[in-house]
Amino acid sequence: MAANLPTHSNVQGGIGATEPGLEHDEHLHHDEHHEHHEQNFLEKYVFSTDHKVIAKQFLITGIFWAILGGTLSSLFRLQLGWPEATFEWLSPFLGKWIEAGKLNPEFYLALVTMHGTIMVFFVLTAGLSGTFSNFLIPLQIGARDMASGFMNMLSYWFFFLSSVIMFVSLFIETGPAAAGWTIYPPLSALPQAIPGSGMGQTLWLVSMALFIVSQLLGGVNYITTVINLRTRGMSMSKLPLTIWSFFLTAILGLLSFPVLFSAALLLIFDRSFGTSFFLSDIYIAGQALHNVGGSPVLFQHLFWFLGHPEVYIVIMPAMGMVSEILATNARKPIFGYRAMIGSLLGISLLSFIVWAHHMFVTGMNPFLGSVFMFLTLIIAVPSAVKTFNWLATLWRGNIRFTTAMLFSIGFVSLFISGGLTGIILGNAALDIQMHNTYFVVAHFHLVMGSSAFFGLWAGVYHWFPKMFGRHMDEKLGYVHFWLTFIGVYLVFLPMHYVGIAGFPRRYYAWTGFDMFSQFADLNKFISLAAILAFFAQFIFIFNFFYSIFRGRKSSQNPWNSTTLEWTAPIEPGHGNWPGEIPAVYRWPYDYSKPGAVEDFIPQNVPFSKTQSSNLPYERDME
Amino acid sequence: MTVLGILLVLVLLLVVFGLLFRLQILTSIFSGSFVREIGMSNRVNGILMLAFLLLGGAAFAWSFIENYSKMNPPIASVHGHATERMFWTTMIIIGIVFVITQVALFVYSYKYQHQDGRRAFFFPHNNKIEVIWTVIPAIVMAGLVFAGWKEWSRITGPAPKDAVVLEVMGKQFNWLVRYPGRDQTLGVVNYRLIDATNEFGFDLSDQKGLDDFVAGEIHVPKGHPVLLKIRSRDVLHAVYMPHFRVQMYAVPGMPTKFWFTPTKTTDEMRAQIGNPNFNYELACNQICGRGHFAMKLAIIVDEPDDYQAWYAKQQSFSSQNPDVLATFKQKAAPLGSAETTPAAAAVVPAAKASL
Repeated sequence: MAANLPTHSNVQGGIGATEPGLEHDEHLHHDEHHEHHEQNFLEKYVFSTDHKVIAKQFLITGIFWAILGGTLSSLFRLQLGWPEATFEWLSPFLGKWIEAGKLNPEFYLALVTMHGTIMVFFVLTAGLSGTFSNFLIPLQIGARDMASGFMNMLSYWFFFLSSVIMFVSLFIETGPAAAGWTIYPPLSALPQAIPGSGMGQTLWLVSMALFIVSQLLGGVNYITTVINLRTRGMSMSKLPLTIWSFFLTAILGLLSFPVLFSAALLLIFDRSFGTSFFLSDIYIAGQALHNVGGSPVLFQHLFWFLGHPEVYIVIMPAMGMVSEILATNARKPIFGYRAMIGSLLGISLLSFIVWAHHMFVTGMNPFLGSVFMFLTLIIAVPSAVKTFNWLATLWRGNIRFTTAMLFSIGFVSLFISGGLTGIILGNAALDIQMHNTYFVVAHFHLVMGSSAFFGLWAGVYHWFPKMFGRHMDEKLGYVHFWLTFIGVYLVFLPMHYVGIAGFPRRYYAWTGFDMFSQFADLNKFISLAAILAFFAQFIFIFNFFYSIFRGRKSSQNPWNSTTLEWTAPIEPGHGNWPGEIPAVYRWPYDYSKPGAVEDFIPQNVPFSKTQSSNLPYERDME
Repeated sequence: MTVLGILLVLVLLLVVFGLLFRLQILTSIFSGSFVREIGMSNRVNGILMLAFLLLGGAAFAWSFIENYSKMNPPIASVHGHATERMFWTTMIIIGIVFVITQVALFVYSYKYQHQDGRRAFFFPHNNKIEVIWTVIPAIVMAGLVFAGWKEWSRITGPAPKDAVVLEVMGKQFNWLVRYPGRDQTLGVVNYRLIDATNEFGFDLSDQKGLDDFVAGEIHVPKGHPVLLKIRSRDVLHAVYMPHFRVQMYAVPGMPTKFWFTPTKTTDEMRAQIGNPNFNYELACNQICGRGHFAMKLAIIVDEPDDYQAWYAKQQSFSSQNPDVLATFKQKAAPLGSAETTPAAAAVVPAAKASL
């Protein structure tokens, strides 16, 4: 096998070729010239084509959105916890949306709508996958940059434009979109039904269209880069699980976002050009509309054809990063590397054929419901395999509790807690009662909301040294973790009780119903916990920005990790490696290998240098 | 003034935290722990993992037991008992998995925390274990799917022929109810005919609609299948009746349905839970606008005799609204007979037969 590994300049992707043996080569190829040619501020930090800068742009924009999304949730939790209270003190911020001391119910709906939209798309899709796919793909596969730096830059700026439009929609006269983040028509199509469906909804749709463009530009790039720009020896079966998860996430996005685009486009036609794709037999505001023959259920099919893969788009990057961080800090290979890839593939495939479990009681044919129930419960199997493999990775490890490790363990815990209730909701017979209750809210906030957030934090703490050449403060990190972890459980575990009792979601208040008269105290408690957990995030935000400038300086490989990004300089320039790109000889999880000198062997160390630890089949590759 | 005071306190607090933070960094630089080695904090976090499991687990168990009685809406339908059983059976199964995995997670975290000189166990894979924990979940899932599928098919199967039929229509922001009258057939409606009086859009040129009556609340007989025909005239709504474990969207342009059999009259339920003011309620469970959270309707489950008495008292829509009827008059010659015998004598023959 050793003979197959080229020892002479191996041109990969047309870049990175240098003479062998010359670590600091004189004739630098074109990419490295960037470092010499003076970049002005705009080129370097704003319209940058460097994947690392673009990743930071996604991250910081994502943090901005997360603060906003969290603020919105605090506002509506105030209303839910204290439905009888007056919120006059909020009128300096909310203006006319406080009417005689009470929150306007339509604005309440706008708050939940925008909270969902922001968190799902702007934070956990763009902020999570945008940040880490960009940052890690070239560094971990050994590439100088993305396949197309320019498209990558466009991807961010489309996201930025989309963000600006969505942000502006918060401040317009009729209020932002208020039909729920799922924007089911006819509510989202008819301004007569709710004022948020006027200009607010238009801006929402335009913003999402641009967002989808951003996702597609990014996704094409991620896929192309992973397929074409892997360094010498980096076969698909030697990719870190992070890359596998980003790769499959990008494929999911590429195949499903266009369907959301079509749904949005048809909805725009219905709203503005008098078509009837989703509208039929409507009498509203004293008027019978002309639309006949459309189907609101059709929209739901189109929406959830994206919407369900979307939850995996959100969670899979977190799964990949958690796998990586657990292995690194348990000082153990990830258990069942191939099974982990297999389960990611299984989840990716199945995620396309389970969407209608969101629609069991929408009047869809019950037979179709049976089929989707069957497919939905199958997806629990690969998810279970992943969980067991994570647990097996911890077993007999030698665990270092870095902040990233804490968040990764937290991720597994939340993923279990939230994932298990999916078995209830995926069962059509049980979903009759649970559909659209707080049981659903609790379920998805644990399994895709909080878990994905924990993956995001784990990633930030773990790769911060690579991003900024400094460490985040560990003590503050611990405080942040424990407050958040406890906070999340205090919010979402009791929420299941409220849900089992049948409390409907998107209710401004439950006080009008006798059957929802209990749990007033519990709702106060949930609100209090949610608001405290939200404030704990400012510890993170302080830590993040403080550490960029004043954090402890990092070493080249602070976590004694095996993957390629840690072979690059502490703060890699444009092109990532100053000399030749390292070649890869082994899988990414050689931790604590018996016979090895240290408890980790980086991927770029050839087997010939580790004869004491090589396994029988590896001897051939020496 | 108080606002300023609060702001000042907040600023001072932040300053104090900032100073403490710097102090902490400086001391750690002097003590040498700034350059990270695996030390005390690793141990503390390990212990916290175990403490979280024990205290968190205890708090969860306590709060669950404490709230258990409040979280189960009493059941009042036949299929509700079946789904409730399945719900709690599934809860027990996932509860077992929950406990095993969470205990393993936190105990492993505690037990295998870093120790100097120890090396992690190189254990990259084990096919046998992996096959076992793929197959077992698959088998459990297959069982759950099968049970769920059977129940779902039964619930969503065709309603019995003799079911009591009524129509619930959602609109912003209340529910309208229509019964078919003595002919047991709902008349034709057309959304273009809707106005302030004719809220259903009755097309009274259809004979079958003449005896239809509207009601301000839902009345259904105990122990008899009830078929809800559901529609909406503006945006999406959802008929949600937690006590009956019933939920179905109301979709404009696409009528939906759900059938169930009530098992307890309102009076029986009042006695059972000791609340004389109890009423079954129908809630809207699909976001529909400003009044979504207040869109409710009372449901009354009667003894069959009471139900028939109530039914017999109802006046048909056409008899109560002669001017609406008049607009359809020209086409409809034989209306007289229907008008002279409004639904006064209407009973539910089928209901009677089955009792």
